[in-house]
Amino acid sequence: MLGIKRSLLVSIWFMFLTFPLLVIRVNTVENTVDWRFMNMLYVGVGSFFLSFVWRYLMERRARGGGRSGGQGAGSVMQRVLGEKRIFYPIAAVVALAALSFPLFSDAYQTNVMISTLLYVMLGLGLNIVVGLAGLLDLGYVAFYAVGAYAYALLNQHFGLGFWTVLPLGGLLGAVCGVLLGFPVLRLRGDYLAIVTLGFGEIIRLVLENWGDFTHGPSGIANIPRPGLFGMDLSIHDAAIYIYYIVFGMVLVTIFVVNRLKNSRIGRAWLALKEDEIACQAMGIDKAKTKLTAFALGSTWAGFAGVIFAAKTTFINPACFTFLESALILSIVVLGGMGSITGVIVGALVIVVLPESLRDFPQFRMLLFGAILVLMMIFRPQGFISTERKKYEYHGAADETPAEGE
Amino acid sequence: MAAVLELNKVCMDFGGLRALDEVSLRVEPSQIVALIGPNGAGKTTLFNCVTGIYDPTSGDVLLNAPGGESRRVNGLKPNKVTELGMARTFQNIRLFPSMTVLENVMVGCHCRMHASILGAVVKGPGARAEERRVVDFSYELLRLVGLTRWVNEISSNLPYGAQRRLEIARAMATEPYLVLLDEPAAGMNPQETDDLKELIVRIRDTWSKSILLIEHDMSLVMGISDRIYVMEYGRLIAEGSPKEVSENPAVIKAYLGEDLDA
Ligand SMILES: Nc1ncnc2c1ncn2[C@@H]1O[C@H](COP(=O)(O)OP(=O)(O)OP(=O)(O)O)[C@@H](O)[C@H]1O
Ligand SMILES: [Mg+2]
Repeated sequence: MLGIKRSLLVSIWFMFLTFPLLVIRVNTVENTVDWRFMNMLYVGVGSFFLSFVWRYLMERRARGGGRSGGQGAGSVMQRVLGEKRIFYPIAAVVALAALSFPLFSDAYQTNVMISTLLYVMLGLGLNIVVGLAGLLDLGYVAFYAVGAYAYALLNQHFGLGFWTVLPLGGLLGAVCGVLLGFPVLRLRGDYLAIVTLGFGEIIRLVLENWGDFTHGPSGIANIPRPGLFGMDLSIHDAAIYIYYIVFGMVLVTIFVVNRLKNSRIGRAWLALKEDEIACQAMGIDKAKTKLTAFALGSTWAGFAGVIFAAKTTFINPACFTFLESALILSIVVLGGMGSITGVIVGALVIVVLPESLRDFPQFRMLLFGAILVLMMIFRPQGFISTERKKYEYHGAADETPAEGE
Repeated sequence: MAAVLELNKVCMDFGGLRALDEVSLRVEPSQIVALIGPNGAGKTTLFNCVTGIYDPTSGDVLLNAPGGESRRVNGLKPNKVTELGMARTFQNIRLFPSMTVLENVMVGCHCRMHASILGAVVKGPGARAEERRVVDFSYELLRLVGLTRWVNEISSNLPYGAQRRLEIARAMATEPYLVLLDEPAAGMNPQETDDLKELIVRIRDTWSKSILLIEHDMSLVMGISDRIYVMEYGRLIAEGSPKEVSENPAVIKAYLGEDLDA
């Protein structure tokens, strides 16, 4: 069997590669060398097994068996979600569960859920740029930082409260989105990705180095939590309050994105993503459409940033690294580009999965990466691929639809 | 009456290659004008120059709205040209593949709609009415091209001929007065080509549009054109009625000759 031979080779190769790391241990106390041959055995058996499974799956995929199987499972989910009678009750139950969540959970769980919801917001915002308009933006976290620093600084210098800054943060995000949008109007694909990546880093470096203005790497502490009619809230209560604020914002985001998606502008975004030349030939202004996508996408990052600052009460440039952008992007890609439900599922998976893998700290990122890779190979369209809206004809039903010839 | 589209000595150079060499041509209102010529003659390049995808090296492209307003459109962006009332289809089909058939047509309505971002989010009565109007209009266009069977189908799932007709419907959705069709019958079987012929005539007669058409199918071109221009190596070599053109020795030599022998 060729497969077994190949897998055997892979496992030997892996044993060889990991030999210095996993087998040899220099015991510096006793000046001896431990030979941990059991580890070698584990690596060998493990990689043999994985490689075998891998090969099997790839073969199935190549034969089309795996593919149709995967899509079958996916389309069942799709059909369930597409069916309004099933989808609305599920959505209602999820919303109710989310609504009552803080009442049954401790501070830690509430905080994890707040992060999740923030990521849902960020994911939905980035989804406008990447999923709908097809502009690969790797510097999205910059706008998140703009929102967070807007709240921290405006509060520190002018004493502005959370509710005043929330819209301002969104606005600032939008302005920065347009500022980034202008120079990159002519870029697409990889080039756009690189420039946006650079933009994200520029913002972070400015925050880090413009010490007088931003307090540099040490960040800004003691950012007030949002107030509730001047009441003093305990930390736990404040977390619950923030939870409901984020929850409300997520609902607003979903509402807005959903409306936009099936509107004139949403269709223009999709058209732009699918074929730029045809899109322009349809009378769509490319520049304007791209700029609105950037502006709207970064508005939500601005909102989320303000809430983030209020939640953690402390921010520094290290909160806004490229890793964060990558995380948000993986939420969108994993969940399914362009799909709202997909982004929500994606955010849950991305935040909750590493969180629940905390028991295996050394394998956390490894497993996370492996899951991402497997997803991209076996379900590249994400958990939930977009469903297009179905329209009905409202006009006079004077004749039965003329059938195509 | 003024020509809807007028080209005056349009040239287009790609580096050292002169793809269009002083091409002058007119499309009169409610006429079907065909542009024919061997492969690589520069027909698609001419379309691209007219619709703003390329900026011609020299010469004028004039677009005269039936109302009387006249515009020089060289160098305008493609979306501006479309707004002014000229729509096109593509030789290599360029639909929006993951959108539904109806949505493809609705995208075409974009430049005749007014919904703003805020309007789309709030979705007041005005926006709702506009959206409904657009759906109905798109549906009507799909009926025109005979695609109502597939309204909510993803457009890339359509058979080839249907995709070509969808492109025509999408172009019509921009409410043009001049439609440019780049090889609409390519890849169609004879039955489909016949239907297409009828469709193009219907677009001229009942929707009173002018049509400029690139096509290799001679039966279609000779059957429906009011006027024919023949190109070879970027230059016009003949023009006239179908009869004149088919009897022109230069054309027979350059183009029809090969066809008739085959
Ligand atoms: N963007 C471009 N850059 C360089 N050369 C080009 C470009 N576009 C077209 N050409 C050249 O211009 C000439 C005319 O091409 P065009 O596509 O207009 O021909 P056509 O008449 O449409 O032919 P066909 O019947 O095959 O569609 C060809 O020699 C082509 O190689
Ligand atoms: Mg061509």
